[in-house]
Amino acid sequence: MDFQVVVLAGGSSKKLAPLVSKEIPKPLVPVANRPVLSYVLELLEASNLKDLIVVVEGEDTALRVGGWISSAYVDRLHVEVAAVPEDSGTADALRAVVHHLTAQDILVVSGDLVSDVPPGAVAATHRRLDAAVTALLCCTPVSVPSEAGSSGGKDKARKPSRVNIVGLDHTRQYLLHVAAGGEVEKDIKVQKSILQSNGQIEIRADLMDAHMYAFKRAILQEVLDKKEIYHNIRHEIFPYLVRTQLKSEVLNNGISKGEERHSGITYLQNTLDPTCAVLDRTHACCAYIANKSKYCSRLNSIQAFFDINRDVVGEAAHLSGYSFSTQNNFVHVSAELGSKTTVGPHCVLDEGSKLGDKCSVKRSVIGRHCRIGSNVKIVNSVVMNHVTIEDGCLIQGSVICNNVQLQERVVLKDCQVGAGYVITTGSEYKNESLAKK
Amino acid sequence: MAQKKSQRPSSDDPEELARTPLQAVLLADSFAQKFRPITLERPKVLLPLVNSPMIEYALSWLESVGVEEAFVFCCAHSQQVKSYLNNSQWKNQPGPFSVTTIESHDAISAGDALRVIYNHGVIRGDFILISGDTVSNMSLAQALHEHKERRKKDPLAVMTMVIKHSKSSTLTHQTRLGNDEIYMAIDPETKELLYYEDKVDNSQRLISLDKMLHVDHPAFNLHNDKQDCYIDICSPEVLSLFTDNFDYQHLRRHFVKGLLVDDIMGYKIYTHEVQSSYAARVDNFRSYDTISKDILQRWTYPFVPDVQYFGNCLQIRLDRRGNYRAPEVVQSRTSLIDSLTLIGDATTIGDHTVISNSVIGQGCTIGDNVIIKGSYIWDNVTIEDGCKLSHALVCDGVHLRAGVVLEPGVILSFKVEVGQQIVVPAYSKVSLLPQPSKQDSDEELEYADASTGVVESPSGYIWSCEGGIEDEWRYSIAPIPVEKISEFFENAYADVDVLDQDLSIPASGELLHDSESTGLGEGEDYKDSADFEKEVEATFQRALAGVDQDIVILEINSLRLSYNMSHADCAGALFYSIMKAALLVPCSSKNELYTSSMKEIVKWKNLLKHYLKTVDEEIEVILKFEEICLETAREFSPLFGNILSCLYDKEVLSEDAILSWAQEKEGADESDKILLKQSEQFIKVCITKFGQLFFPINASLKTKFGQLFLFRWGFFFQMKYVRPFFYLLE
Repeated sequence: MDFQVVVLAGGSSKKLAPLVSKEIPKPLVPVANRPVLSYVLELLEASNLKDLIVVVEGEDTALRVGGWISSAYVDRLHVEVAAVPEDSGTADALRAVVHHLTAQDILVVSGDLVSDVPPGAVAATHRRLDAAVTALLCCTPVSVPSEAGSSGGKDKARKPSRVNIVGLDHTRQYLLHVAAGGEVEKDIKVQKSILQSNGQIEIRADLMDAHMYAFKRAILQEVLDKKEIYHNIRHEIFPYLVRTQLKSEVLNNGISKGEERHSGITYLQNTLDPTCAVLDRTHACCAYIANKSKYCSRLNSIQAFFDINRDVVGEAAHLSGYSFSTQNNFVHVSAELGSKTTVGPHCVLDEGSKLGDKCSVKRSVIGRHCRIGSNVKIVNSVVMNHVTIEDGCLIQGSVICNNVQLQERVVLKDCQVGAGYVITTGSEYKNESLAKK
Repeated sequence: MAQKKSQRPSSDDPEELARTPLQAVLLADSFAQKFRPITLERPKVLLPLVNSPMIEYALSWLESVGVEEAFVFCCAHSQQVKSYLNNSQWKNQPGPFSVTTIESHDAISAGDALRVIYNHGVIRGDFILISGDTVSNMSLAQALHEHKERRKKDPLAVMTMVIKHSKSSTLTHQTRLGNDEIYMAIDPETKELLYYEDKVDNSQRLISLDKMLHVDHPAFNLHNDKQDCYIDICSPEVLSLFTDNFDYQHLRRHFVKGLLVDDIMGYKIYTHEVQSSYAARVDNFRSYDTISKDILQRWTYPFVPDVQYFGNCLQIRLDRRGNYRAPEVVQSRTSLIDSLTLIGDATTIGDHTVISNSVIGQGCTIGDNVIIKGSYIWDNVTIEDGCKLSHALVCDGVHLRAGVVLEPGVILSFKVEVGQQIVVPAYSKVSLLPQPSKQDSDEELEYADASTGVVESPSGYIWSCEGGIEDEWRYSIAPIPVEKISEFFENAYADVDVLDQDLSIPASGELLHDSESTGLGEGEDYKDSADFEKEVEATFQRALAGVDQDIVILEINSLRLSYNMSHADCAGALFYSIMKAALLVPCSSKNELYTSSMKEIVKWKNLLKHYLKTVDEEIEVILKFEEICLETAREFSPLFGNILSCLYDKEVLSEDAILSWAQEKEGADESDKILLKQSEQFIKVCITKFGQLFFPINASLKTKFGQLFLFRWGFFFQMKYVRPFFYLLE
């Protein structure tokens, strides 16, 4: 397949602090004990998309990510790592590499995507419909459906949740409307001309833009060059392409307008039927809607980090790459468990970690070489590598980053603990983010 | 009916008790004027559509879907409708279908009609609401069933609208029936109607849907490929809703939109899409043409000319080329009747005459060498030799002398005569009755004068086109001219070009100007007083430029109505404009400003006086003046007292107003009182002059003279001013 892939992996993400640090940039944040970027890379590899450019923010990040990729994917993928300045927009990142691209079509994927939707299917749809851009849309998990039904009066007071609004044609292949950036919370405004030329638009609020786009390279380059004010792919470039799909001044340089118009009118005069005259689409914007059973999520917030970790060892276990035991958990052979220690289902206990006596681990991920004392309870949490947890700790709904030391009888509820932090004996924290200054 | 009644008591089953005979309301008045001038002489429902009155199609359909009681509401020409129905097969016919007429003479809209029907109290259950010009052959069983099922679950589902797929042209924005395009949002699961817009303003490029829509409906479809058939299944609540909301006039524009927008009551409207059967409404001449053709092409089967559906239908035969012919037609051998034509009874056709795609009524006489193309010729029309008719509508009793040419889109009303060799220009409407017109410029045109000068008997009035030629082609029988189409085609491209440029401007990806433009359209009703003030100021500027005062008053009055403002607001805004004008005159000192403002005030005194009918408005002027001094133009603040007294001297303000203002201010903050203090002197003068009393403003001197004062002036104050006076008197 003549596809090149650009993975926009980011670097420092303020939203993910304190999980993200200089040592662990966002692409390397572990999900079930392996970097989040590996999920994307393996997904691409599975679709035989092996020619990749990974764009990260900052030179440091580039070195770290490059080092990790070359060690992990040597001989498997052909990866270049490019660095852009920090806080660049997604479109800026793309702009930095777009001129190195040669393939006819470009697949742009966000590096924080954890999914099992085959990118090959998106690429195939793109090719089949000869689209300018094809976006991957996933069904969002129906969030709290009971709330909407139970209280009719409350609905009015409730603000509409921040959702994606997309408009599809009746075959659900063409994308006719996308709410651009700031418009999401406003009224839905649909272009009449697009509605008129299609007759019907299905407005959906239950689809999530997974941030995987297939672009025609020529069009992408043109837009990136002409519209330098655009910094974001999802909020600016993509909506721009969708709303100018009937006619676009940027994309029309190649095709002479006069000629096209002329042919349109002669066609019209031949038929003499006004209903036949339909504005031609200049470029098609398409959507690939993933099957409801597919998993698709983006690691772009702390909450998402928890959800993804939970899902990857739980319902979407096939993504993690571990072979789960009959108890639906994974305990590495080198891990040591003390007596009366239980590891529940949907847990991962990785290489070289040691648990003392009478511990209980439920729905949690524990990384490599952790030392955990006795009478420790870990529920719904993520513990990364080389963490020391002393006796009698209780950890619930928290993230413990690398090299953290929890002294005796620490109680953590819904906390994030940054790398290398030390929590002293008997401390209790709730809903806090702890990190080294 | 008698049988039914005897059956009823036998079943006590609630299901059966709830069953009322299916009722229908047929509005035999469209409350529109699209078929004028013809409808001046005959109601629309009695106009022949393929040689049968339209109401026959509607009533036959109602009978066929199992309606047992139909109420025909007639308004305009009600006598004609009633006498027609009395003489028709529908009266006294056997079977369960009964037709009752309800008459009202002052109804001017569908809303009024439904209110009248509500007051008659005849509707007992779900009913079908159609207008008398509906042509359909759909089966309602499915739609009725769905409606009833929904009603069981949700009593707020009051109406089911029948819609049909029909893509409107992207160029002319109208359907093949000539209707304007409609935007609808429909929930694909429940078929609930979420949004309805039929008066589409094509200058706005975006449709704005409420953001709350997707909270309840995560997925819904936005359509403009659906056509409203104007067949509604309604619950009895619909009638009471019309009665409760006495301002609902139009079924769609007011009622449907009212229910959709106002979700307080929570009523819901659902849709039912007709798949293969026919449903349409004769709304204008174009749909008259389209539906006639559809009938000839048998889309409306069984309601076609050769099926004996209507009682008075003669034996009409259909030949192989799709031509219908009554038995008594006298046709010359050399004449040619082309495809899709119906020739009525007792019509004679002369030599070498060619007729195609037309409907010819009964008893017509058509001469030699006549060419008739796509035209509708009603009964007893005489067409002499050599006439050419294309896409024209010719009513009963018209006489076309030899050589007349009717260009596309011509309407000749009853008994019009057209002299020899006259070419009637496209889209003309000719009637024996003058055009009812608001303007006096309704010129009587004798037809002969307007033409080649052949002396002829006067034959009628040419109606000027109401919407101008521009709109005439849209609703005409004639096909859309090619030039129009290519013009639209060009425009469509131009539009898109513009659209692109506009859309490509935004820097942040947010379409600011778009949201603004649509915002204006939405929020027109909510223009605030600031806008109003600006408009008044602009109007006043025109007065400065020399426009007559009367015109200015007229304009301000219209502004007042459109912004829903009071006289007091007008007075305030006008005063503000006057003071602004005074400020425009360059002046170096206080005194100069004073004299210039004096000049302006004297100049516009009469204009201002026009709005100062009561004390309220005068107080408003003072308050406005205060606001000007304190906020917009501080230059005036030192002059406040002087100008106030001047306003008083020029009889712009009365002492009542000034006193009430002073007294209102009494309770205000110290900072607010600066201006009051400034004018204290003057106010005192004011009081002494008119009450012949000393009326102290200082709180310390509130006094005994009050009682007298009240006695004297109390009459002049409305209640709201009396109360503060008691406060003063205590």
